[in-house]
Amino acid sequence: MLLEVKGLQAGYGQTHVLHGLDFVVEEGGVTALLGANGAGKTTTLRAICGMVKTEGDITFLGERVTGRATEDIARRGLAHVPDGRGTFMELSVEENFRLGAYVRRDPDVRADFERMFEWFPRLKQRWRQQAGTLSGGEQQMLAIARALLLRPRLLLLDEPSFGLAPLIVQEIFGIMRRIREESGVGILLVEQNANLALELADRAYLLETGRIVVSGPAAEIREDEAVRRSYLGY
Amino acid sequence: MDGFAHQIIAGIATGGIYASVALALVMIYQATHHVNFAQGEMATLSTFIAWSMVEAGFPYWVAFAATVMVSFLIGVLVERLLMRPVQNAPVLTHVGVFIGLLLIVGNMTGWIFGYTTKVYPSPFTSSGPLLGGLISAHELGSTAVTLVVLTLVFLFFRYTSLGLAMRAAAYNPRSARLVGIRVGWMLALGWGLAAAIGAVAGMMVAPVVFLDPTMMTGILLYAFAGALIGGIDNPLGAVIGGFAVGVLENLAGAYVVGTELKLTVALAIIIGVLVVRPSGLLGRVVTSRV
Repeated sequence: MLLEVKGLQAGYGQTHVLHGLDFVVEEGGVTALLGANGAGKTTTLRAICGMVKTEGDITFLGERVTGRATEDIARRGLAHVPDGRGTFMELSVEENFRLGAYVRRDPDVRADFERMFEWFPRLKQRWRQQAGTLSGGEQQMLAIARALLLRPRLLLLDEPSFGLAPLIVQEIFGIMRRIREESGVGILLVEQNANLALELADRAYLLETGRIVVSGPAAEIREDEAVRRSYLGY
Repeated sequence: MDGFAHQIIAGIATGGIYASVALALVMIYQATHHVNFAQGEMATLSTFIAWSMVEAGFPYWVAFAATVMVSFLIGVLVERLLMRPVQNAPVLTHVGVFIGLLLIVGNMTGWIFGYTTKVYPSPFTSSGPLLGGLISAHELGSTAVTLVVLTLVFLFFRYTSLGLAMRAAAYNPRSARLVGIRVGWMLALGWGLAAAIGAVAGMMVAPVVFLDPTMMTGILLYAFAGALIGGIDNPLGAVIGGFAVGVLENLAGAYVVGTELKLTVALAIIIGVLVVRPSGLLGRVVTSRV
């Protein structure tokens, strides 16, 4: 098991957002975490990488990581593309790449750069450009590339479709499909666009006000009209 | 005409000192958004450490190198022991800590080494006049040392992965943690580097202004003016600003206000920049598309 979460509680100050979540993410493949605005999706991702105060058990690669520092969790092989993307706007695309691989000491970094160019050819054209000057879609691509360069076992993606034109979203989800097939990294995907996420995902969890209300194979949830109507709104 | 040229060259020499201290200020400002008021006092303490080693008979450059290393460690310790506990505290707490640090370091220096003015040696001597007497050996040597230090710092931040990580931690600590950078240590390293740069500036200026516990007080003001001219968040701008203030101050002192009123030039620059162009002439412009 890649990630096992038990009784996860988290919040900001006095406000509790998550009220005891249980879920797992399996090796390889895509797990989707769905839900409306304010359901606690982003907070769940933040809790997993130690960015908010958290209670419960988070086990990553067989090791309890609850309460550990974000940088230590990242060094264990967990990459996060947060809301707001987490790229370094002031730095160039090249520097963002180098930072993505910052903790790695293996000789394959250069080869992984080439791999990113295969998945995101646009980033190669922007190599020397300041990240802040990229288009929204390119910035999202850079964010995903930066995260993958950590060579993670698990990749957390927070709403990669946010604020992007439908055509760009299609392009990014197409690339993610390739990454899923070619890399073996496990992906935990948070999305508001449930339709899109369920097409890509193997499993899905549905979150409502800090609790998981539905879970199962993505294909089944897609076919379940009652769930779709009451929770996903399409 | 020779007098004028000499004033400009002398201005560049002191400007190098201001540039170094301005760079030290900017490095800490970029990471914390606070100005370290105690930067000058820390540099003075470093210079006294160097002085006691020279007095004890160590060769000049041995004392120089040892002082740079000791100052680096002092900087790291100050961040770890004093700044770390208040890192999430409000601005006024930081200002309080900086003022406390200024008073403590300044008075500690006086208490240990005394308040009498001391002579600090220059490693640069020459038998005859250089460039027809336009520049003294110390001016030439200290400018060279300053330029070497500034170049090394620039190369470090531009080309090493540690330097890149320090910049990333300063620009965006949250994202830096996500790629595994230990942001807390990057801050401590920044303090160490700033203290080391300040130490070099102190040792280079001491032969000119003589060594006493308040040696750097005025210099810090000029350096701050330089940093503001360049834009307080722009290292290259701060360096250019530092040199500019050095030349301006010297010319104003020689031809306009006289030596007694030179410090007001710095104050006038500070106020002028804040009123006319708060982000500095070379302030960081972040272009951003959404």
